[in-house]
Amino acid sequence: MYSRAYKSLVSIPPILWVGVFLLLPYAIMFAHSFWLVRDGFIVHQWNLQNYAKLFQHPVYLEVLFRTMRIAAGVTLLSLALGYPLAYYMSFCAGVRKELLYQLVIVPLWVSYLVRGYAWKTILGSDGVLNGSLQYLHITKEPVAYFLYSPFAVVLVLTHIYTPFVFLPLYASLEHIPRNLVEASDDLGASPRATFFRVILPLSLPGLLAGATFAFVLSLGDFLAPLLVGGPSSIMIANIVQSLFGTAYDWPLGAAISVCIFTLTVGLLFLTERLEKRWAFR
Amino acid sequence: MSSAPSSSPQPRAAEASSSFGTLLEVRQIAKRFGSREVLKNISLEIASGEFLTLLGESGSGKTTLLRLIAGFEQPTTGEIWMSGTRLDTLPPYRRRVNTVFQNYALFPHLSVQENVGYGLRVTGVAKAEIPSRVTQALRMVKMEEYAAARPAKLSGGQQQRVALARALVNRPQLLLLDEPLSALDANLRKQMQGELKSLQREIGITFLFVTHDQEEAMALSDRIALLKGGELEQVASPREIYTRPATSYTAQFIGQTNLLRAEIREGIATCGSLRWPTRSTVEGPALFSLRPEAIRLVGETPLPPDALRFRATVHQQIFSGSSEHLELDCGGQLLRVRIPAQDTLTGDQEFTFSPADAVPVMESLP
Repeated sequence: MYSRAYKSLVSIPPILWVGVFLLLPYAIMFAHSFWLVRDGFIVHQWNLQNYAKLFQHPVYLEVLFRTMRIAAGVTLLSLALGYPLAYYMSFCAGVRKELLYQLVIVPLWVSYLVRGYAWKTILGSDGVLNGSLQYLHITKEPVAYFLYSPFAVVLVLTHIYTPFVFLPLYASLEHIPRNLVEASDDLGASPRATFFRVILPLSLPGLLAGATFAFVLSLGDFLAPLLVGGPSSIMIANIVQSLFGTAYDWPLGAAISVCIFTLTVGLLFLTERLEKRWAFR
Repeated sequence: MSSAPSSSPQPRAAEASSSFGTLLEVRQIAKRFGSREVLKNISLEIASGEFLTLLGESGSGKTTLLRLIAGFEQPTTGEIWMSGTRLDTLPPYRRRVNTVFQNYALFPHLSVQENVGYGLRVTGVAKAEIPSRVTQALRMVKMEEYAAARPAKLSGGQQQRVALARALVNRPQLLLLDEPLSALDANLRKQMQGELKSLQREIGITFLFVTHDQEEAMALSDRIALLKGGELEQVASPREIYTRPATSYTAQFIGQTNLLRAEIREGIATCGSLRWPTRSTVEGPALFSLRPEAIRLVGETPLPPDALRFRATVHQQIFSGSSEHLELDCGGQLLRVRIPAQDTLTGDQEFTFSPADAVPVMESLP
């Protein structure tokens, strides 16, 4: 169809893009993780000290595990919110489908920062939530735990990443042929049985894709802990950020990044294999 | 339109309706989607053990009627009853009715045997009983060797058989089939028609079959219910609906025919140069259906005693292997005729038909 020259010509820009903006930075970061900082300068001396540090100081692993716990919490909460919403929209919404879909998408157009600050005004000591609770005499004092806590971080991340869970889920539910649901109904399955035996299994690829989005995006998030998290909810990306910033230990930061990168890629690889196995069409 | 009760010449249908009685009763069903009236005042009875076909063009409402009986749609007015219980108020999963869907609707995430066993598992049939019933159902459609396969690995015909086994495993009182053969190629369709018919005879379950293919309907059914624009045009056995069409639409939809606009005076109908005695008591304009094969060439076979002769000009002759298709002109009236193959005919020829074959029909609304 197309000549070889044309084919190679059109493939140059994407290859350049991926090479310059993806592979090269990763290579630089990977190299840094094996270097040293001495007297405030990065020394190109190959060693494994940075990786050793990660295991010697429990704080890094502790923060990593906390990050994974938060990410897991966000994933579960977004699924708990996103699945019923996607199910309702796909199977019950009828003509309101389009409108609801837009309502789910609109928040994605609002800046992350704006949404983060909005939560600050809701959760703060003199915020909307505490004000209402005191006005209704449910609490006497403002509840300090609402803001600057892991709770607040999970809440904000759930708010931000639920649409990312919703979208692939909704797509996979929309792709279930409706006559399969009718067939299940016809064969004597109650609505409950139809859900667990037909709809849920066929939506697993979408569910997995959504869960992966929520988990991976939360894992690398540093803004939510910065805006609404306290010292008890520092996440791994905050450590990386400070190492590349004020702490000026690029090699250690790079080593942590390589670890997170490996973790993420491994996870993506695994979920893709599972998604393929669960895609029956 | 009129729906003459079936005085079926086919022994099976007659026997079924007399010895088992009515299984399903559709009472004055109407269905509207928004302002669109899809079904208008349909009443229909299906006898136990019967093979009834809903025949009609697309948009005639045949699939909607099937979906109302399955429970996927609710009637706007009217009721559906099955063996003494009201059906239309029950959800689909409480009806002893199973469906074979147009594109099979097999569960892609389940194997063939899991698909077939689905209805048994969800209705709480004892676990120990399931494998034997699944095997039995698969044997019935000759698919035992594919028990472990995924539906995606099967051909259309094989998927069709699995869908049939899955629908029959629950031992429904009534099986609904929504154009189940339309996705198959012509040869396979013929073969499946035969298998479907003998399967239905064997198991004795009542079949309600939907199709737009009149030949398929003729080949399979005990009775045909012809739908037109959401109304029943005629309900009768294939033989009756072919030889005694009640309306001009029926006559034209089922097989080919000549519609003759005749004038009746004192028991004699006249159309072009054709004249024949009729038992019709009305005077004035009337419509008759005369099948192409009811007209014969004189000298071809011995004439029946009441045969009428007429002369007509052969306009056109098309050879189609076993038969000749002629177009005759008899005094301005065009007549299509089908006769056994023979030499080329020219000019005026003498033809014959029996007046009993000119069937008075009602004019259908356009």
